[in-house]
Amino acid sequence: MLCPMPVIRAQNRIKTVAEGDILEVICTDPGAKNDVPAWCRINGHEVVSIETQDDEIIIKIAVGGEP
Amino acid sequence: MNKQPKAVALISGGLDSMLAVKVLQEQGIYVEGINFYTGFCVEGHTHAIRKTDQKKEKRNNALWVAEQLGIKLHIIDVIEEYKEVLTNPQHGYGANLNPCLDCKSFMVKKAREWMDENGFDFIFTGEVVGQRPMSQRKETMPIVAKQCGDDARLLRPLCAKLLPETLPEREGWVDREKLYGFNGRSRKPQIALAARFGFDEYAQPAGGCCFLTDQAYSIKLGDLWKQRGNKNYDLDDIMLLKVGRHIRPREHFKVIIGREEGENNFMNGYRKQFTHMHAISHNGPLALVDGKVSRDDLKLAAQIVARFTQGRDASCVQIEVSEKGNETPFTLDVTPLHNDDIPKEWYL
Repeated sequence: MLCPMPVIRAQNRIKTVAEGDILEVICTDPGAKNDVPAWCRINGHEVVSIETQDDEIIIKIAVGGEP
Repeated sequence: MNKQPKAVALISGGLDSMLAVKVLQEQGIYVEGINFYTGFCVEGHTHAIRKTDQKKEKRNNALWVAEQLGIKLHIIDVIEEYKEVLTNPQHGYGANLNPCLDCKSFMVKKAREWMDENGFDFIFTGEVVGQRPMSQRKETMPIVAKQCGDDARLLRPLCAKLLPETLPEREGWVDREKLYGFNGRSRKPQIALAARFGFDEYAQPAGGCCFLTDQAYSIKLGDLWKQRGNKNYDLDDIMLLKVGRHIRPREHFKVIIGREEGENNFMNGYRKQFTHMHAISHNGPLALVDGKVSRDDLKLAAQIVARFTQGRDASCVQIEVSEKGNETPFTLDVTPLHNDDIPKEWYL
């Protein structure tokens, strides 16, 4: 799955989880390492970690509340 | 209106929408951005596919613009809904398979829905009169505006002075005098305004931001539709049109041949959906065969693929073929076709 789909999936999923929850985004497009954190910064969420395992990139997001 | 007016901006990631946001922010408008993903957007996936592009900084320009401006951005997946826009455009296509006027109308209509659902007051875009031959002409701008409804809630801050007054101007939410009257294809006014705002970095995509304006891409899409006998497509179809050489030696099948490592890796993810082949006697690309093929067809495909291996001048190249749905591959020993044996008409 290539960008911006990881961002879109994360964005849609985050609407269904509570503030403080950790959302794990698993994707393969290296572009997600920039795009997902950028999306988080402008929408009030925090990237907790970014790890690469084989071909997969795993991004953990601490879900923020409405500013 | 006592509360701060809220506007939603259509953000492409280019300079014009960036400027439009800044113009309204300077007037005290609260802005959030919306960006529609049709599947044909140039940025994003294509940068991730090709190895030669992987050294370039990967960023989504719409997200980058939003961050520079300090606004939220909502990226909306419209892949399914967009099919009707592309396959049946009311206002036809541009120079290629680009339905620009219908596309812009569709996006404004979707933005209006989003505006109503989220309690915003108006929509704005970075459009400039006369900038684009199809969607940004003075005659076509009302067609797009109509999709926003009859209450004049679509504002174009960069050329507003050349257009009828809109509701945000009439209501005094926005001062018309502080908007602009940009006109035509020159970029000088935008570049000057960018300098005034202190924007020293912005995306200027050469050839636009949509694959549908690209002639080579449109030819491949047209070929796909013709072979299917209808205009159906899914996301995988339109992704695969972006990679590889597409060679159609016979009406009923084509061969997609990776051009470099990044494309081979990308195509590898699709190999189980296609009959596929690669050379085992020499280094060479992965190839996908699209269509129902006989053994003779496979031999021809293998000869074409062999042409793009390091054994192109060898008398024999061994090609391993894996037929779709069959786990056990087999090998074909073929003589590579010479360049002259591959007619130009076969290349899409």
